[in-house]
Amino acid sequence: MNIKELALNLEKNRKLEAGHRSCSGCGFPQIVRAVLASTDKPIVASCATGCLEVTTSIYPFTSWNIPFIHSAFENSAATIAGVESAYNGLKRKGKIKDEIKFVAFGGDGGTYDIGLQSLSGALERGHDFLYVCYDNNAYMNTGIQRSSATPYGASTTTAPAGKKHFGKAQFRKDLVKICAAHNIPYVAQASLSNLMDLTNKAQKAFSITGPKVLLVLQPCTLGWGYPMDKTIELAKMAVETKFWPLYEIENGKYKLNYKPAKDVPIIEFIKMQARFKHLLKPENQQIVDKIQQNINFEWEKLLKLCE
Amino acid sequence: MTNYKAITGGEAVAEAMRQINPDVAAVYPITPQTIIMQKFADFHADGLVETELVPVESEHSAMSCCVGAAAAGARVMTATCSAGLALMWEMLGVASGLRLPIVMSVANRAISAPLNIHCDHSDTMGSRDHGWIMLFSENGQEAYENMFIAVRLAERKDIMLPVMVNLDGFITSHGVENIDVYNDQVMKKFVGENKPNKPLLDIKHPVSYGPLELPDYLFETKYQQIPSMEAAKKAYLEIGKELSQITKKEYGFFETYKMDDAKAVIVVINSTAGTVKRVIDQLREKGKKVGLLKIVMFRPFPYQEIREALQNAESVAVLDRAASFGANAPLYGEIKNAIYDLKKRPLLYSCLYGLGGRNIFESDIEHLFNQLLNKGLEEVNYIGLRK
Repeated sequence: MNIKELALNLEKNRKLEAGHRSCSGCGFPQIVRAVLASTDKPIVASCATGCLEVTTSIYPFTSWNIPFIHSAFENSAATIAGVESAYNGLKRKGKIKDEIKFVAFGGDGGTYDIGLQSLSGALERGHDFLYVCYDNNAYMNTGIQRSSATPYGASTTTAPAGKKHFGKAQFRKDLVKICAAHNIPYVAQASLSNLMDLTNKAQKAFSITGPKVLLVLQPCTLGWGYPMDKTIELAKMAVETKFWPLYEIENGKYKLNYKPAKDVPIIEFIKMQARFKHLLKPENQQIVDKIQQNINFEWEKLLKLCE
Repeated sequence: MTNYKAITGGEAVAEAMRQINPDVAAVYPITPQTIIMQKFADFHADGLVETELVPVESEHSAMSCCVGAAAAGARVMTATCSAGLALMWEMLGVASGLRLPIVMSVANRAISAPLNIHCDHSDTMGSRDHGWIMLFSENGQEAYENMFIAVRLAERKDIMLPVMVNLDGFITSHGVENIDVYNDQVMKKFVGENKPNKPLLDIKHPVSYGPLELPDYLFETKYQQIPSMEAAKKAYLEIGKELSQITKKEYGFFETYKMDDAKAVIVVINSTAGTVKRVIDQLREKGKKVGLLKIVMFRPFPYQEIREALQNAESVAVLDRAASFGANAPLYGEIKNAIYDLKKRPLLYSCLYGLGGRNIFESDIEHLFNQLLNKGLEEVNYIGLRK
């Protein structure tokens, strides 16, 4: 598939319809559409409580052109596990004939934090489903609170930058490797900026039986603080600065999907966003340095794993 | 024809599950419920059921899995108690709010703290306002039979609500009784086939479950649960009548025992009713007019019928195995509500007993009846408490 075919496919496959109420410039509608367009089979989706769910299913309207269920915040994986189990049971009894795919969506709060146990359980049990985390680095739906996916140094409403503190004082949890440690067949990290790569990964995931996890970076205009027309640029800069490497782990084997042509320092990503604006003060240069060191360290580690 | 098996109450529930053969069952251990699901897992291992067994990692996921599976269009069951039921709290409301016909047995056990694995009703009473139909069982036989009523009740199109079947932890769940296990085919026919309403897996007709409802719609949606819950009363009697053709028993919202001319009455839930009946027999031989009202259906609560049943009693003791701190004990409060409209109300007393599995003896009940007959009770009493 080339980029033109991809665009046509996305236009044709409107499984998440227009008219939803996400913010202008929000990244997740494109992520959801790209994922859902990556299979020709019928698909059932679950979704954790969060931005995606509250903006797409406000009664009496729904944007979902496919069967959709939201039940709570921490259980998107357990809910889809129930749907998938029902499918297996009913199919075995001959009550269902079609081959159906299952996808669970969750934000970083619903995945890294409150939903981690439910996700881990579903991965370990081996349900045949794809889990997609749209990672916007904080609890955006409730008003930009810190999550374990929030980057070091970012200011959020529960870990704000102030006179004494510089925002979040911990680095992000490594969700890809946590998922990979369940020895599932496929885990990948993708970005909204690289739509072809994202589509390839979703297509590959749907072709594999068993649990799969796709972690996609979703820039958030409100939470990150940038103009709404810069979403794709932000996602691209995250990849170019190696803040968000594009890679996959298939049956335990690491593969780097994209290597930036030149070294772009993390300050280029930082300075585009209000959540990091305090880091531009001279006294916070050491924080920026620490972020850069961590990125360098993680990148080298990843390169070794991908050898 | 009878087919008695000497099994525990928990195994009796599992036998019902075997005969019902649900499409999906979520399994997570907690004492004393585990005896139910591990027996069912045995049936599964031996190929006696076609159920998808989902060994979840918590009770929260157990109920989440049931929600997903029931919305998908499957007949779904699980079992829990105590802390497990508490962990499900959020999902209990989701199950009833999404109108999903899930059936769950609860082997009643105390809620922490302090940690205690024995019977009381603090778990189930804590979940009494979650929109579940709640049935209670005096013994294993009743728990077994309640399971069949529960499936039929939950799946009726005018109801579509989850049902909880309660039995006393250890006392009933682990007590061996002669259980009359009815014929597999007869019971299979009784429960019939699940015909799901707008299931997720009907991919040609996509539906959205679990939307966000703001102040413009939520009230109307929640209101719909009220008449459906009320309809469960009539439906329960109808289904009970059908079941009685198989079991030759009667199914009411409650059981009355020697109530016709009873002056002193005990109202109680679950296994203690059996002990009370025995004491009543003994006291009746001595000419004492004592009786029992045993609650089977707690939600919806049969206020009017209970009012009529208690109208000729002179004094009534309501036994609660759960406290409601700072308020009337749960069952006592309901009975008080029920008799409010009587012109001549009986004297009504609250008796808290058996927390954390503290035994209640025949002598306790005999003493209580004597106090009732002599009207020598406080408004609130504690049976078996060391002060």
